[in-house]
Amino acid sequence: MEPTLASSLAEAGAAATALIGAMARAATPLALAATGELVTEKAGVLNLGVEGMMLMGAVSAFAVTVATGSPVLGLGAAIGAGMLMGLVFAGLTLSLRTNQVATGLALTLFGVGLSAFVGRDFVGTPLTALPGLSIPGLSDLPVLGPLLFGHDPLVYLSVALIALVSWFLGRTRGGLIVRAVGENHDAAHSLGHDVLLVRYGAVLFGGALCGLAGAYLSLVYTPMWVENMTAGRGWIALALVVFATWKPWRVLLGAWLFGGVTILQLHAQGLGVQIPSQFLSMLPYLATILVLVLISRDAMRVRLSAPACLGKAFHPEH
Amino acid sequence: MDQSRPAPAPGPHRLALEGIVKRFAGAVLANDHIDLALRPGEIHALLGENGAGKSTLVKIIYGVLHADEGRVLWEGQPVTISSPARARALGIGMVFQHFSLFESLTVTENVQLALDGRQGENLAQAIDEVAGRYGLALDPKQRICDLSVGERQRVEIVRCLLQNPRLLIMDEPTSVLTPSEVESLFVTLRRLAGEGVSILYISHKLDEIRALCHRATILRAGRVVGACDPATTSTRDLARLMIGEDPGALERRDPPVWPHAAGDEAPRLELERLSMDAESPFAPPLTDVSLKVRSGEIVGIAGVAGNGQGTLLAALSGEHRAPRPEAVRVDGVAVGHLGPAARRDLGLAVVPEERLGRGAVPELSLAENALLSSYRSGALVRRGLIDRTRAHGLARTIIERFGVRAGGSRAAAGSLSGGNLQKFIIGRELLQKPRLLIASQPTWGVDAGAAAAIHRALLELRNQGGALLIISQDLDELFAIADRIAVLCAGRLSATRPVHEVSLEQVGLMMGGLFDDVPTPAPEARS
Repeated sequence: MEPTLASSLAEAGAAATALIGAMARAATPLALAATGELVTEKAGVLNLGVEGMMLMGAVSAFAVTVATGSPVLGLGAAIGAGMLMGLVFAGLTLSLRTNQVATGLALTLFGVGLSAFVGRDFVGTPLTALPGLSIPGLSDLPVLGPLLFGHDPLVYLSVALIALVSWFLGRTRGGLIVRAVGENHDAAHSLGHDVLLVRYGAVLFGGALCGLAGAYLSLVYTPMWVENMTAGRGWIALALVVFATWKPWRVLLGAWLFGGVTILQLHAQGLGVQIPSQFLSMLPYLATILVLVLISRDAMRVRLSAPACLGKAFHPEH
Repeated sequence: MDQSRPAPAPGPHRLALEGIVKRFAGAVLANDHIDLALRPGEIHALLGENGAGKSTLVKIIYGVLHADEGRVLWEGQPVTISSPARARALGIGMVFQHFSLFESLTVTENVQLALDGRQGENLAQAIDEVAGRYGLALDPKQRICDLSVGERQRVEIVRCLLQNPRLLIMDEPTSVLTPSEVESLFVTLRRLAGEGVSILYISHKLDEIRALCHRATILRAGRVVGACDPATTSTRDLARLMIGEDPGALERRDPPVWPHAAGDEAPRLELERLSMDAESPFAPPLTDVSLKVRSGEIVGIAGVAGNGQGTLLAALSGEHRAPRPEAVRVDGVAVGHLGPAARRDLGLAVVPEERLGRGAVPELSLAENALLSSYRSGALVRRGLIDRTRAHGLARTIIERFGVRAGGSRAAAGSLSGGNLQKFIIGRELLQKPRLLIASQPTWGVDAGAAAAIHRALLELRNQGGALLIISQDLDELFAIADRIAVLCAGRLSATRPVHEVSLEQVGLMMGGLFDDVPTPAPEARS
């Protein structure tokens, strides 16, 4: 009896580890993109181009990794591509004061098209996935090792970034200025803060993280390039920011919830549960909305954390 | 007229402006060769109508705008004030008319944003210290949205004072304060002037300027038209200098015309124990508000901003529906469940506090804005199509009849100065001959000439049998035009009193929430 118990335990452990790993991989791109967008929105800029920036990040990362064989260079290229897209958006909306919603939508359409164009030669090219972390000692622990220390580095990076953003916005002078610019740009300007500089920085940071989120998809999640491979994750990230009421830790919670339920319902579909698959596919959305609506049901508190100048153009000479 | 009165210390001027010129697009001269000089310790009034160029001049001094011509001398040295940061580095502080505070941040965070980051840990202590020295009570940990308007102004002042300014610019500082708050503000300002700080004080309120300021410079149409010692110049002379003509006293009707002696006629507007949730997190809910307005009278509602005025107006206009239809009645009809259009059909007109965005659409022309509320009357719309000729005709009528200064009926509403747009909005509503008019802050930020015109128009509607409800923070205004007055405090409404039976001080006490401490007048005092 004993060896069977031990082996079935090990089997269960391995299954759980695989499940958690899959959840982490589903959650990380959402967490990265949503964190970037959160900082952008906290500074008062609504960038609906998340999907486009992610796609450009994904294709740049894939192309550079294939060409150089270095995933690190690929990640760098994705960050650069995301920032470049962010720079286009910032130049248009902040310096030329175009409408943020229209420009963001255009950026997404532009990203979809350009990434398909750039990536047309890479469709079907194989790539080995980014290896998981391996910390001598810790990663070799039974069950706990792979569970906690066996993920790829970007999973940890996303959590660290959220901690960093949370600390920056809440505890530092720089973060206070970002919040102030998003709250009341005229007042921030009259106090001598450079509204445009802060907003450029926030948009570029958002672009960098969206690029990184895209790279995660094409290098780790499914190591290949397919046209439009983000499949709407950019829009989910945008919604997460709002449902998380612009709070970094809630973004992480929302991303993991969404990623977790996505994986669970896939497994349920695989096991042949007697529920139409369309309903199961709805579950991640329903669960995420339900939980985040529940934690943010106090409308008054939500209005306090929502940036009051979100999406409004800033005219310095007014 | 120009007499020198060396109350402040002699010596070089702290700030001197020489020949400042500022042109805006369209070659409008906002500032036309303006000279101005302030001595250390001097409280200097800057007087002028809306659009006279005061705000432009002040923005140039504070580095928000840049002059096209002219020199700025600071302590005798020519300087270029390129940005607000530069202005603050020189020692210029400014308290804005519309507070430049961040609602969701705390007092400490708001102050911190204005400083260059050196005082990190001891900031709360420094705030307490400055606040204590100048009698400005504040809790550094509170969020701005939880503060009253008077407290918000204190935050602005403390924020300026922590930078040790040598020139403090105050833009319309008392427009939203209670009389006792004004008193304590003046004490603070006099103490600052006594310590050698120069103060540039912008206000429409001539009495205040006469009580507080050492000198006054008067602007009209972008030019300096006079300078005087306000203490020895009469209010009437100041007003004449400012608007260039005699303002024309309001014919106040004493005793009040009261066509319905015992108040037995059915009221035009009746609120019956109206309770509503607040429309924003920054306002209190309305609690058991009861009120009657009859035809031929003006009822004034006093109160400090943020005590439920916004919610009350929304409940009256129909933007927010009342929980019970019977809580709001117009001519006896329960309308609490009806929207703004249905209420307007019953003869109700509304002038909201926010001119741009609520009273008018800034991007649309005056003709289109005129249409927005008067499309029902005057055959402006036929079979769903707009009659443009008539719409423009209507806009021109309003412009002419109410003396609106605008570039014709095609001018965008947003291009008008605040006072002119307000005259236009009030004119638009009055031309529809409303049976019931509700107006919030009808003369907020409007110069004396325009305010008098608006008051005359409101009184005319009343004398023609209209019922008017005026929500205002300006007590002088309410005492000038209202027949009865009530006070809104923390979402509760006091009983209404005939205006000649209460004093300014009593209303001031009620604005502080002391409804019961004010002696009740004899019930049948009016005749």
